[in-house]
Amino acid sequence: MTNTETYNYKVVRQFAIMTIVWGIVGMSVGVLIAAQLAWPALNFDVPWLTFGRLRPLHTNAVIFAFGGCALFSCSYYVVQHTCHARLAFPALAGFTFWGWQAVILLAAITLPLGITTSKEYAELEWPIDILITLVWVSYALVFFGTIIKRKIPHIYVANWFFGAFIITVAVLHLFNSAALPVTILKSYSAYAGVQDAMVQWWYGHNAVGFFLTAGFLGIMYYFVPKQAGRPVYSYRLSVVHFWALVFTYIWAGPHHLHYTALPDWAQSLGMVMSLILLAPSWGGMINGIMTLSGAWHKLRTDPVLRLLVVSISFYGMSTFEGPMMAIKTVNALSHYTDWTIGHVHSGALGWVALVSMGAMYYLIPRLFGRELYSLKLVEVHFWTATIGIVLYIASMWVAGIMQGLMWRAVNADGTLTYSFVESVQAMHPYYIVRALGGAFFLLGALVMAYNLWRSIADAKPVEVEIPEPASAH
Amino acid sequence: MADFNSEFWHWYIAILTVISILACLWLIRWMTAGVKKTDDVESTGHVWDNDLTELNNPLPRWWLGLFYITLAFGGFYLLLYPGLGHFSGLLNWTSKGQYEQEVSIMEAKVGPLFARYQQTPILDLIKDDAALKIGERLYINYCSTCHGSDARGARGFPNLRDGDWLWGGDPQSIKTTLTLGRQAAMPAWEAALGGQTGVDEVTQYVLSLSGRSTIAEMAASGKAKYDIFCVACHGPTGTGNTALGAPNLTDDSWLYGGSINRIAESLTIGRNGKMPAFGEFLGEAKVHLLTAYIYGLSQGN
Repeated sequence: MTNTETYNYKVVRQFAIMTIVWGIVGMSVGVLIAAQLAWPALNFDVPWLTFGRLRPLHTNAVIFAFGGCALFSCSYYVVQHTCHARLAFPALAGFTFWGWQAVILLAAITLPLGITTSKEYAELEWPIDILITLVWVSYALVFFGTIIKRKIPHIYVANWFFGAFIITVAVLHLFNSAALPVTILKSYSAYAGVQDAMVQWWYGHNAVGFFLTAGFLGIMYYFVPKQAGRPVYSYRLSVVHFWALVFTYIWAGPHHLHYTALPDWAQSLGMVMSLILLAPSWGGMINGIMTLSGAWHKLRTDPVLRLLVVSISFYGMSTFEGPMMAIKTVNALSHYTDWTIGHVHSGALGWVALVSMGAMYYLIPRLFGRELYSLKLVEVHFWTATIGIVLYIASMWVAGIMQGLMWRAVNADGTLTYSFVESVQAMHPYYIVRALGGAFFLLGALVMAYNLWRSIADAKPVEVEIPEPASAH
Repeated sequence: MADFNSEFWHWYIAILTVISILACLWLIRWMTAGVKKTDDVESTGHVWDNDLTELNNPLPRWWLGLFYITLAFGGFYLLLYPGLGHFSGLLNWTSKGQYEQEVSIMEAKVGPLFARYQQTPILDLIKDDAALKIGERLYINYCSTCHGSDARGARGFPNLRDGDWLWGGDPQSIKTTLTLGRQAAMPAWEAALGGQTGVDEVTQYVLSLSGRSTIAEMAASGKAKYDIFCVACHGPTGTGNTALGAPNLTDDSWLYGGSINRIAESLTIGRNGKMPAFGEFLGEAKVHLLTAYIYGLSQGN
């Protein structure tokens, strides 16, 4: 019997293209607001261009538009290829694309207008939250429906991570966005006071843990072994680090609320679980990097693989930094400073963005039956992006630690040594370096967009037949 | 303990936490049990997507060590510090306790210094450079946000250097302002004055009080209204009243701007200047030093 069924590449292609588009949009807004911090005149005294309104637009655009589209496209591609099955519920899959784009568009309109729940990373008002829920339930049906259709009994490790990411984000979104609507554009959180803060950071930290970590580990687990042409290093390690990671992450939220009104016991649990999270996080890094054993030489010739491997290194670095910053004594210095911003961006630029970009270099030409237009340009992208990240995080380390030290410095008479505005003034040169770092990273993304566009400019979308599973040996 | 409304939640948290840490231990024990160190690593035999396979290397020993260390640290930490429900930990540490301890250490260190300054009269303090230096640091941290680093104020926030005082400029009045705060209340007069025309007439009269040129007939009608509505606070000659914080209208200092439009706006919508109370927050000694610094500014220091 011949298998003439093909993969559903249409929705994968749609999401992949929008990954690039939203990446450039979100990063451009990021560069603008970084520049506004250095040169406030760039607010232009126009309310919808001010930092306070564009900052949530930036975070939503890079996390949910760029990161979200990357996750949708990669997970749809990977689940089909590792299950040897066409996507389940094609109409729902199409709806996830158009529904998600509508969410992004509504965010891009409402946030600059100042319509916000003011919950970080969950700013969108309740009607948009309902649309997100509908898209997400459809996503779960398509993804798990495809898993059920699989031709290989054993579920591939990337799909564990995608599955955990889809289920947990659904739970997080439902609980954190629970609110009482008063008008079509205004609602009040279902929680009050410190409970609201705790629910918010339970959500906020696990948006990092499941959206930006588990989901992208799913991407890593497919594209790194594929690009390296090597087997995954250790199945056993996958099992341990998967379960330990998804289990411990969910506890870590309280470290965002150290030394606040949150009860001491909850702060302690958040700190302890954040430290325990270090080894499970690094399990993913080891599995990714060690997959290259026997193929290290490929790093010299393959800039796409290098992009992927550097992303894993940044993953390892920021998942080390995170638990350290969760220790209360370290947090007492780092909290509320730009160190946190640097930490987030070493994860966001170094890990999330680079691993997505590596995956897009692999994916987009294949979806159009083409080869990558220029490896030389990938090389250029790799270096501009790396320089950008280093400028960004190094300037924020220095700025953040200096800020923390200035805030806590006291004179012999017990008065504060520095006024707040003096610490702001001291940040200025570092804000300029940070904006420059962001600009470098954006430049790299533009080079990538050009390279990918040249790769597929005159190409037709391809249909690929689903092969029979290879027999186990 | 107030954090829990029943014993159930205490046990719920404590047991779940202990089980969770033990579960992590069990997970690594389970995955390392019976694994022999061999040189040839076997594949799991699964193949996906034509060529995707996985090896089954043992867990790296250094990584396992790291995992065990963090688990042990977690266990010890929860023994020493609060975490397991309302079990307070062997060290009896609380964040509130730590805060109070740090404050009392600082109090012990700087208390005598401030106690000495507190006994010194303001008029002596303004000649004491060391005292004024402390006052300046306090000012920069607590006052400059509104009154500016140079203490020259901004629109809505009084200039502290010009010798013009809304609530009195003697040391005692300044100290009262700092300790208890002030709430100014200029009502919105548009309706009472008979709409825009009335507002414009009174504006003309107010301009005439500081000797600026005006439209005579309008100012005359304005005076009639002033004598009914404004006189109670700003006085018959417009010199104001520091007991109420009512500004002097005969000088050229304008808290909310002295242009015709700004004055008309003050009349139309009213003003509600607010100085917060710092007495409880800073304590008597620091308020005393701040008073000296601010009084000194107005004396040309």
